[in-house]
Amino acid sequence: MRVLRFAVVALMALGCATACEERPKTQESETTQGTGAATGAIAASGETGPADANTILIGEVGSLTGPEATFGVSTRNGIDLAIQQENAAGGVKGKKLKVRVYDDQSKPEEAANAVTRLISQDRVAVILGEVASSNSLAMAPKAQAAQTPMITPSSTNEKVTQVGDYIFRVCFIDAFQGYAMAKFAHDTLKVKTAAILKDQKSDYSLGLTKVFNTKFTEFGGKIVTIEAYSKGDTDFRAQLTAIKSAKPEALYIPGYYTDIGVIARQARELGIKTILLGGDGWESPTLTELGGSALDGSYYTNHYSPEDPSPHVQQFIAEYRKVYGAVPDSLAALGYDAARVAVDAMRRAKDLTGPSIRDAIAQTKAFPGVAGTISIDENRNAVKPAVVLKVEDGKTKFVTTVSP
Amino acid sequence: MNDLIQHLINGLAAGTIYALVALGYTMVYGVLKLINFAHGDVMMVGVYMGYATAGHLGREHQSTFLGATLVFLLSMAGCGLLGFLIERLAYRPLRDKSRLTSLITAIGISFTLSYGFQLDIGFLPGASPRAFPEIIKPHEWIVIGDHDVIIWNWQVISFLIAILLMLGLQILVFRTRFGRAMRAVSFDHRIAALMGIPVDRVIAFTFMLGSALAAGAGILYAIKDTAVQPLMGLYVGLKAFVAAVIGGIGHVPGAVAGAILLGLTEEFVVGYAGDVLRGLGAVLHLDSLGVGFTGSSWRDAVAFGFLIIVLLVRPEGIFGRVTAEKV
Repeated sequence: MRVLRFAVVALMALGCATACEERPKTQESETTQGTGAATGAIAASGETGPADANTILIGEVGSLTGPEATFGVSTRNGIDLAIQQENAAGGVKGKKLKVRVYDDQSKPEEAANAVTRLISQDRVAVILGEVASSNSLAMAPKAQAAQTPMITPSSTNEKVTQVGDYIFRVCFIDAFQGYAMAKFAHDTLKVKTAAILKDQKSDYSLGLTKVFNTKFTEFGGKIVTIEAYSKGDTDFRAQLTAIKSAKPEALYIPGYYTDIGVIARQARELGIKTILLGGDGWESPTLTELGGSALDGSYYTNHYSPEDPSPHVQQFIAEYRKVYGAVPDSLAALGYDAARVAVDAMRRAKDLTGPSIRDAIAQTKAFPGVAGTISIDENRNAVKPAVVLKVEDGKTKFVTTVSP
Repeated sequence: MNDLIQHLINGLAAGTIYALVALGYTMVYGVLKLINFAHGDVMMVGVYMGYATAGHLGREHQSTFLGATLVFLLSMAGCGLLGFLIERLAYRPLRDKSRLTSLITAIGISFTLSYGFQLDIGFLPGASPRAFPEIIKPHEWIVIGDHDVIIWNWQVISFLIAILLMLGLQILVFRTRFGRAMRAVSFDHRIAALMGIPVDRVIAFTFMLGSALAAGAGILYAIKDTAVQPLMGLYVGLKAFVAAVIGGIGHVPGAVAGAILLGLTEEFVVGYAGDVLRGLGAVLHLDSLGVGFTGSSWRDAVAFGFLIIVLLVRPEGIFGRVTAEKV
């Protein structure tokens, strides 16, 4: 029996170790679709050091290899396209723009090294990056200390811009999505009661749950029950049975697409016919493969939709497609926006020192980004609308935008 | 009331899967006194074999009776072979070493399989989850009320398969010559060898049988919970192990009883612990037990707490026999 007891202890420790293993938090979307090829020289093309007098260097840190490589490549494509267009439009203050990009292999410590190089060797005017919040958090203190403005295209974790007054983002923060879905559910879907199924191990999910809960109640709706699961669960029937008996009109599931498909299938299996709602963690080409027809008629919030009919969005898509041969995903769109916000600020800044550019970025108001109109608020976050997408026959369709 | 019935069905369905996986644990333990921690991962490999077979059959053929049987048989045979290889290459060379050595080897194999399958080269599938094809076309068999409670055909089929396999194993162990050899090896494999029992062959066959069972269990699990991914075996394996220990490891009906008990306990904890504690919170005016409080977080705590209590109070398990230990 002694061996058995040892075994039990060992296994429990082991189970804990695997359960506690957090996947890197992926804001935005764990998307793998259409990245196209990264053009130009990837990562430190051999050149280092400051640019000549007629060029402005923009630094970029991205995960061009490693598990989040598709994020980095998409973002880079978006940034490159923006810089090409801006150069064609005459550059900034008579100078051409150039992007110097370093690969961080999807690792925070590499991202920190890369940003140090960009600041001390290349003396870049602005830093763009990263996608994953954990990497951006590794970069931000260095940029802040060197008074070099940093814009993250797509890190949604609140803490990133709290590092200091030189750190900005062009995407919304996690909390906004909860608000956007609560508003959409109440105003557009006319839903009066809702239940929430949250992932109790994910800060992302808990944040969205909290905001959805308060806002939906404020709008006059009623949250009938909140149930929880843990990442790695595959059987959600117990929670769903409890939700079923509470008879909500909508079920909000702010989780990642890996769990959503299974949850949706099991909900339908138990005879739950309510509308399913979610956040940007749903965005993935495999979402509908995992969920099948169970997800039809569900809605989720996201940063951008290629179906957004606005002319400047459609123009961006056409140009992107011409260069990379694919439809841009959210990350490409946000990379494009980040680069253009930086360039716009440099045009408005009185000179190209860090503090002047910082002030110009902070004053960005109603900038027409492809992933929504961007205004930078006093916390250096972008105030911008979210899009709501609907799942239909295995495809996602643009429904509407929700403004803050 | 309908809730209660639905929870009961959910719990039984979960328990059935634990039971099938637990049978494999218990059988290998019974013969070798080795806890084969790689068992859950062998199950995962079986699921991927089933996934590949179903993929080759195509959408039309995979859900026919013949197609489904083929999916089961091929993956069970494949896993039997895998079990044979694992035993031959990893466990047999260590059989006379201390038991801890084999235990750690088993954990090593478990990690090799679950993390190896996350690679994306050659036939390895990569880390992203896939949807398991519907090899049993789902039908609603029994519907109570206005879809208040639904019992699906595959739930009944899984349950029947689990019971049949349990009976089959019980017969194999207690009614056949081979079973007698297994029991002899289990009692003392050195003496058994002296009596002319081919110990190596008995152990190899036990492993193959256990692994084939794991594959069958895995496919039923995949039909039930649809998402297939390389780490799926770790969690189910852990729960099945707990079930086997609760029932009395090495004891076939005990494993099934323990598994079903565990499945039902988990289900009811998630279903009702929240209500009970929220009620308590309202009585005691504890704000932390408000509407947002859920019972779901207690599921694993209760499952493992149950295990600890069993080990403290009745370490041989509910059905296990007390064996004197020479110290």
